Amino acid sequence: MGNKKLVYLGIAIFLVIVTLPFWFNRGKAAPAPELVLTAKAKEAKECVRSKEYMAKDHMRVLDKWRHAVVRNAERIYVNPQGKEYAMSLSNTCLDCHSNKAEFCDRCHNYASVRPYCWDCHIDNPKETK
Amino acid sequence: MERSRRDILKLFGISALALSTGPVLDAFAAEEAEHGAAAEPYVKMGDKALKAQQWAMVVDTRKFKSEEDFTPLIDACHKIHNVPSLPIKRQEIKWIWTAPYHNAFPMSPMKFVNEKLEHTPLLVLCNHCENPPCVRACPTNATFKNPDNGIVMMDFHRCIGCRFCMAACPFGARSFNFRDPRPFINPAEQNKQFPTRTKGVVEKCSFCAERLAVGQLPACVEASDGKLVFGDLYDPESKVRELIKTNYTIRRKQALGTEPSVYYIV
Amino acid sequence: MLELALKGSKRYYGWMGFLLAMVGVGFLIYLKQLDFGLGITGMSRDVSWGFYIAQFTFLVGVAAGGVMVVLPYYLHDYKAYGRITILGEFLAIAALVMCLTFIIVDLGQPRRIFNVWLYPTLHSVLFWDTIVLNGYLFLNIIVGWNVLEAERNGVHYPAWVKPFIYLSIPWAISIHTVTAYLYAGLPGRGFWMTAIMAPRFLASAFAAGPALLILLCLIIRRTTSFDPGREQIQTLAKTVAYAIVLNVFFFLCEIFTVFYSQIPEHMDHITYLFVGLHGHGTYVPWMWTAMGLMIIGIILLVNPATRKNEGVLAVACIAVFAGTWIDKGLGMISGGFVPNPLHEVNEYIPTLPELFISLSIWCLGFFVLTGLFKIAVSVKEEVRE
Repeated sequence: MGNKKLVYLGIAIFLVIVTLPFWFNRGKAAPAPELVLTAKAKEAKECVRSKEYMAKDHMRVLDKWRHAVVRNAERIYVNPQGKEYAMSLSNTCLDCHSNKAEFCDRCHNYASVRPYCWDCHIDNPKETK
Repeated sequence: MERSRRDILKLFGISALALSTGPVLDAFAAEEAEHGAAAEPYVKMGDKALKAQQWAMVVDTRKFKSEEDFTPLIDACHKIHNVPSLPIKRQEIKWIWTAPYHNAFPMSPMKFVNEKLEHTPLLVLCNHCENPPCVRACPTNATFKNPDNGIVMMDFHRCIGCRFCMAACPFGARSFNFRDPRPFINPAEQNKQFPTRTKGVVEKCSFCAERLAVGQLPACVEASDGKLVFGDLYDPESKVRELIKTNYTIRRKQALGTEPSVYYIV
Repeated sequence: MLELALKGSKRYYGWMGFLLAMVGVGFLIYLKQLDFGLGITGMSRDVSWGFYIAQFTFLVGVAAGGVMVVLPYYLHDYKAYGRITILGEFLAIAALVMCLTFIIVDLGQPRRIFNVWLYPTLHSVLFWDTIVLNGYLFLNIIVGWNVLEAERNGVHYPAWVKPFIYLSIPWAISIHTVTAYLYAGLPGRGFWMTAIMAPRFLASAFAAGPALLILLCLIIRRTTSFDPGREQIQTLAKTVAYAIVLNVFFFLCEIFTVFYSQIPEHMDHITYLFVGLHGHGTYVPWMWTAMGLMIIGIILLVNPATRKNEGVLAVACIAVFAGTWIDKGLGMISGGFVPNPLHEVNEYIPTLPELFISLSIWCLGFFVLTGLFKIAVSVKEEVRE
């Protein structure tokens, strides 16, 4: 192989670039996001499902809700504890969690996720800063 | 050299496939059970929900005298559904509007017409056909006929904006969001309880499915003060059936066999 | 074999570079369309399909036209076509790439395009269209590549390729039939709801595809040392002649049915296109030009003296290609939507961004076509040395 030096150099550069995410930010980890609950949310004490479940699977819940409401005209959700909720992102979820900038956005920005829910589901900020 | 390059590429391809099976299977894995879950969650219809086999509407054209009779109906619908007012006419979005007789019934052209029909427009909207060609056309089932109540619905999350349904509709009932509608919705009149739509999806009248679910009649029917009657086409006791039995009614483009559910008393 | 596309003359690099630049600019304008929405085009609530879908419809025909070389060679042993079946298959690939790109560019929510396969809807013709188009693309890549590679290595292509070749023949017919069925089954669109839609589509496809192929063969003969062959070009020309005669005949059948029956709804669309309706007549000059071009094409192609003169033949092919492009591209789409279901006339005129994006997609297609043809021609030049 005549190009040995170039090949090894190329492999080395590739390894540096491909491991960039691991070493670029070492020692500068951003802190976990702090979420602020609105007064209404604090009062309610429980969300539709448990905090742990929602943190991980709220999109799963929303997908199921959307399917039931839009496609089957079923609009009431009965959670494992037997409590009933109207399946509506706009009117149930965003009614309690009306502080998008301090609640939804915190985790989404941290995880660099950009859901486009609010293109349609009107953001309902009730608590002004 | 050629042969070994091809072999290396094959090796990379198979390795990529093998390494990706793990994450792909995980993504499809069933959700974990919640700690201390009491029971399985389930969904149901609300108690107040209005039910029908096929929702239908009867428009009593005799009760409409002038433009002022139509405006409150159109406004009621467009306001609560956040229907935007686009500045360029060709990109307009309308769920319910008025059209002269010759346009609402173009397949029944008449040179000499009843005077009332000649001078007063008719209310037109999606007919929620029983045999809807738009539903046949949709490649993703984003528009579908709800088998439980006969409403031809839109699933705005699934719509890919191909506009095949718009080509298929014989009544021109559908509108497309050619741009972001938000700047064209008056923020003061915005209904925060109903989502707006996003650019790139098709929309139309939904017979106010969200209102029917909580026991309310469609907004246009409520605002019409009796000029529009709403009910179950397959309930022989319903008001719509009574009106159809006792009056002469016509439907738009009946010969096409789409079985529209909007009847006009003329 | 791909490396054959990477080396070429200065003219080759210049051409490919120009095409890529056009694609690049078109892509930037498409980004603007993604951001703003389809409002950047001239499409409207009434004419909800426009230039993009028109180009897609026309190009499906061009892709199907490739079968006119494959069928005689593989089914009827017309040995002469053996030299150029690969050109027909590669033309189909390039045309299909353009078709699929035009569809993507036309979607309101392109990020959701996979919904078509995640939620397969068997009663939707559009769903089947995605299946047949992608299938035909796949078939042409498999068949073309393997047959060409075998030719390069001086062996017969492997036996497993044969069933794919046989499958590609009815499949070619199906792609354009399914595309025609998109239009021909819509009860509200009288202009399209005619049984002759699919036959007309196929006729114009078998005129436009081979016409373009003839022009490409003439160019290849000029610019490379591979000669596709005089006999091959003449047989293709006869195919185009019959196909364009049929296309015009089918159209005249439409004219008769519509105007002899005197049904206003049916007459209105053709009247709009050829005479104008309610004062609107943007398409009138275009439609008559298309008719004129197709007639000129027929005269030049049917007459053996003019057909055998390859210079005149080139003019005839350009006339046929342009005529069918206007007829199927502009005329068919606009004619179907105007007047609208409420008998209102709202015309459609494409906007400049829309036209430029379309042009850049054509450049993308020609980029793919040039690259593939470079490979095919290089192999043939290699083999014949």
